[in-house]
Amino acid sequence: MSSDDLDYEKLGLRVGLEIHQQLNTSHKLFCNCRTVLEDEYKMTLERYLRPSISELGEVDIAALFEWKKGRKYIYRISTNSSCNVEADEEPPHPINDEALKIAIAIAMALKSTIVDEIYVMRKIVIDGSNTSGFQRTAIVALGGILEDEGVTIQTIAVEEDAARKISEDPEQVTYSLDRLGIPLIEISTGPDIKSPEQAERVALKIGQLLRMTGKVKRGIGTIRQDLNVSIRGGTKIEIKGVQKLELIPLIVKYEAMRQLNLLKIKEELNRRGLTKEQIISNYIVKDLTEIFKNTKSKIVKNGIEKGSLVYGIKIYKFKGIFGWELVPKRRFGTEVADYVRALAGLGGLFHSDELPNYGITEEEVNKVREALNVSEYDAFVLIVGEKEKLEKAIETIKDRVLMALDGVPKETRGALDDGTTKFLRPQPGAARMYPETDIPPRIVDEKLLEEARKLVPESPEIKIKKYMSLGLSEELAKEIIRDPRLDLFEDLVNKYSPKVPPSIIASTITNTLKYVKSKGGDISRISDDDIEQIIKNLYDGKISKDSITEILLEYTLNKDLSIIDVISKYEILSNDEIEKIIDEVIKTNMDEITKRREKAFNIIMSKVMGKVKGKADGRIVAELIKSKLKNLLE
Amino acid sequence: MLEGYRGKAYEILSKLNIEVGDLIEVRKGDMVIKGILLPSYSKDEKIIVIKLDNGYNVGLSIENLSEIKLLAKASKKIITSEEISPKKGKSEVKIISTGGTIVSKVEYETGAVRPALTTEEIIQFLPEINEIANIEAEILFSILSENMKPEYWVKIAEAVKRAFDEGNNGVIIAHGTDTMSYTAAALAFSLQSLQGPVVLVGSQRSSDRPSSDSAINLLSSVILAKYAPFGEVVVNMHAESSDTYTLAHRGVKVRKMHSSRRDAFQSINDKPLAKIFWKERKIIINRDDYIKRKEETKLDSKFDERVFLLYYYPGLKSEILEFIISNFKIRGMIIAGTGLGHTSSEYVEIFRKATKDGIFVGMTTQCLFGRVNMNVYTTGRQLLDAGVTPLEDMLPEVALVKLMWVLAHEDDLEKIKQIMTTNLVGEINMRHSLDLFPRWSHE
Repeated sequence: MSSDDLDYEKLGLRVGLEIHQQLNTSHKLFCNCRTVLEDEYKMTLERYLRPSISELGEVDIAALFEWKKGRKYIYRISTNSSCNVEADEEPPHPINDEALKIAIAIAMALKSTIVDEIYVMRKIVIDGSNTSGFQRTAIVALGGILEDEGVTIQTIAVEEDAARKISEDPEQVTYSLDRLGIPLIEISTGPDIKSPEQAERVALKIGQLLRMTGKVKRGIGTIRQDLNVSIRGGTKIEIKGVQKLELIPLIVKYEAMRQLNLLKIKEELNRRGLTKEQIISNYIVKDLTEIFKNTKSKIVKNGIEKGSLVYGIKIYKFKGIFGWELVPKRRFGTEVADYVRALAGLGGLFHSDELPNYGITEEEVNKVREALNVSEYDAFVLIVGEKEKLEKAIETIKDRVLMALDGVPKETRGALDDGTTKFLRPQPGAARMYPETDIPPRIVDEKLLEEARKLVPESPEIKIKKYMSLGLSEELAKEIIRDPRLDLFEDLVNKYSPKVPPSIIASTITNTLKYVKSKGGDISRISDDDIEQIIKNLYDGKISKDSITEILLEYTLNKDLSIIDVISKYEILSNDEIEKIIDEVIKTNMDEITKRREKAFNIIMSKVMGKVKGKADGRIVAELIKSKLKNLLE
Repeated sequence: MLEGYRGKAYEILSKLNIEVGDLIEVRKGDMVIKGILLPSYSKDEKIIVIKLDNGYNVGLSIENLSEIKLLAKASKKIITSEEISPKKGKSEVKIISTGGTIVSKVEYETGAVRPALTTEEIIQFLPEINEIANIEAEILFSILSENMKPEYWVKIAEAVKRAFDEGNNGVIIAHGTDTMSYTAAALAFSLQSLQGPVVLVGSQRSSDRPSSDSAINLLSSVILAKYAPFGEVVVNMHAESSDTYTLAHRGVKVRKMHSSRRDAFQSINDKPLAKIFWKERKIIINRDDYIKRKEETKLDSKFDERVFLLYYYPGLKSEILEFIISNFKIRGMIIAGTGLGHTSSEYVEIFRKATKDGIFVGMTTQCLFGRVNMNVYTTGRQLLDAGVTPLEDMLPEVALVKLMWVLAHEDDLEKIKQIMTTNLVGEINMRHSLDLFPRWSHE
């Protein structure tokens, strides 16, 4: 499969987004803890979760999946950012009105229909990320539209953020409780997005709208996008945890490509006339440890030394399928290996399309073929591990192989940094929500609506016009609108303009930071407070606007200095001090001056500016030099 | 059925022949909303509650809806469940349900949580039980723990006696947590000779949620009921907030000390009898002075409710006390006094009169921790002189339950005094070591 551009219209690409944004409320959604992440903890809790049985005797498939792992969950009790509510030791308090107001304001901006009474639901999640075993979530509004993209909104909900994962291994997962309960707004769009680029654009626009309320959190992990992607004949696949906006187009493209190739595999298997019954009745499993007793393959050898067994499995008429590349660097075999890792706890598998390799020799491969009676049309798989895990893996591989005949299995996948995705778990069924009976329903009354109206963000067009009237160029206005620090900009303009022109504040936040980054500065070090310090010093006349870039560069390149330290190095020089420098430069350059007379100004100016390094306003320096030269030459 | 609906919403829905469970479609502004009508649990009678197909519930005011349509009547679901059957064989552990939801099922469609109490349902909820013991479940009644009464204690005690007579190794009583320690005390005085453990168990997080403590509490109770060497009434609940182990507290020395935590139950002025590690299926006996299993279970369950528990506070009007004594014909009173066992000296004469009239007046401390000692201060000595009986380290509630039991058996005040101050089943601990007081965090 080439990675040439796909014809998305022909493929019938449909993408929906789910955007989760943390709200910057004074306290959490269901308790009075602050909404600040914190690494400090003094205690931990150990817990287990088990799915509850429903009336129909059915246990949710995703819930059961986690339960079968039998994992222990360890929670770090964050000292200041968690209480008995996060520890699941106290019933939730009534829902935070501040969060509701923000969500309603967003709903108003998106022309959604606000419900008349809000019901908090429990959504079963038993991967440990919620101490209760469910996430509390409530729909605030239905419908709506992102007008300029023609993309519909399905629901707007508020929900509690999950606990923050610290570490994970097959036996246990460690979480911090600091993040649990921070209010999130969840905006789900309809599957109306038709191209990878549009997906990014829609995410950007919704993110922008959210930031324009001035009530959302900023920084890594505060906004998360989930994608729902399908193509015609494929399946709606949930892709979780996309944190970088720029990655969205690639993820969508790869997912379309993956589904297309899975459909092609299905076609190919049909062409071969393969049926599920044939695969099952020819599914031969054998203990082949004996063949690998003296293997040179390190992975296999290490396994056997630790008491692992090597099993071979014949997959009837599957030649070439395991090696089929779905997206760059991921083959059908990788998909099956993901299942084995997630569901059976094995490290992975070897398949016949990639062997001999990894130290497994031709001779060993031939012995395996013989033992399993593998013909030239068949494939085989080798798995290494403890007996119990192998038993699970045998079933898992069979299940996944059979799914290939149906095309694209329904999955929840996780986004990886290179734009590809991997299997996380089967998609949860719909039947995993029930009311949170500890929280009374909240009537959406006129008072709540009234207060929400005050938070409705202005449209970007109106904002751009407003900023241009403050003296920003159109380009800069558009840039600041797109910037995550938009609310900081507004805050600083309120506090420090007109003495500090808004255009300087805007370009500091946008262009200057970009420049500093291009020069190798670590801009993650720059906090809002740092930027405010600089603007404040500019306002107080202590520094010159010309020194902003230098200050930020030095601050981001030299991690030992505080912003205050750096700023003090750039404090404006008094006129006396500047004159002293000028006198010195003139003294050492008398030859040039006598030779070039007035034309020596440029040389003197550049030398003086080099010495004051942004600690003086260029205009003042120029005037002082001019008058001194004039005096000297008269 | 239009459960929970009233007023205008009821009127409109019933006119349209819409019932709970039906699929309906409504229009609010431009928005068409489809879903299943749920029972109303709103305070506002204009609200109708709809479950959307994504599982969420929303409330919509009937006044804001321009259209309401019935799409389909509710379909009766066929209940199919994977049957996990109880182990065959003679029952070894009897589980008696009195209420509360130690085991429950969620009906996701309506959100209803229904207690699951039959033997089959309990096994389905907790299949691991099959690996430990043959069980048999009995639903005695289904009442909230706050509605418990002494007459129910008698019924529970009788059911325990029956269960042992049937040959069970131990008995589990599923009970709401609020008044669990009262029931535990009542059973302890009623069943002073037991063939095995009587384990009261409940949950602080309801069993419909994945984080519930009920599964671990119940599982460890089965282990305890079958294997523990004692013939005592115990409360078995989480020992810590973590899901590590549970504690079997002596039923007459335990108290619910937190409104919501899993480890709310703690022994006061006493150490728990045993630790139970549910994962390892192991019991660690904490002390050797437990009451051993007896040959026979003897039942003597009678309670006289003509008693009163007085929580003393500064400013308590003596008229209130006189009113209670004269109007309700009480036969005994327990005082939760201050400190070492005091009330204001103003009451000395009231108590003197009461005891002269044959009313038992016993003193405990509202400090809960520690023992009363009425010889230290003048007021204490005056109260003693007035006939008030110091009750050592007995918890006020335990003393009250014991008094009900004693009064049902004795008329003579001196006899009553003597039994009240005699340790019957471990309710009085004459030796307090320094470690019997919790360490609070000072950070």
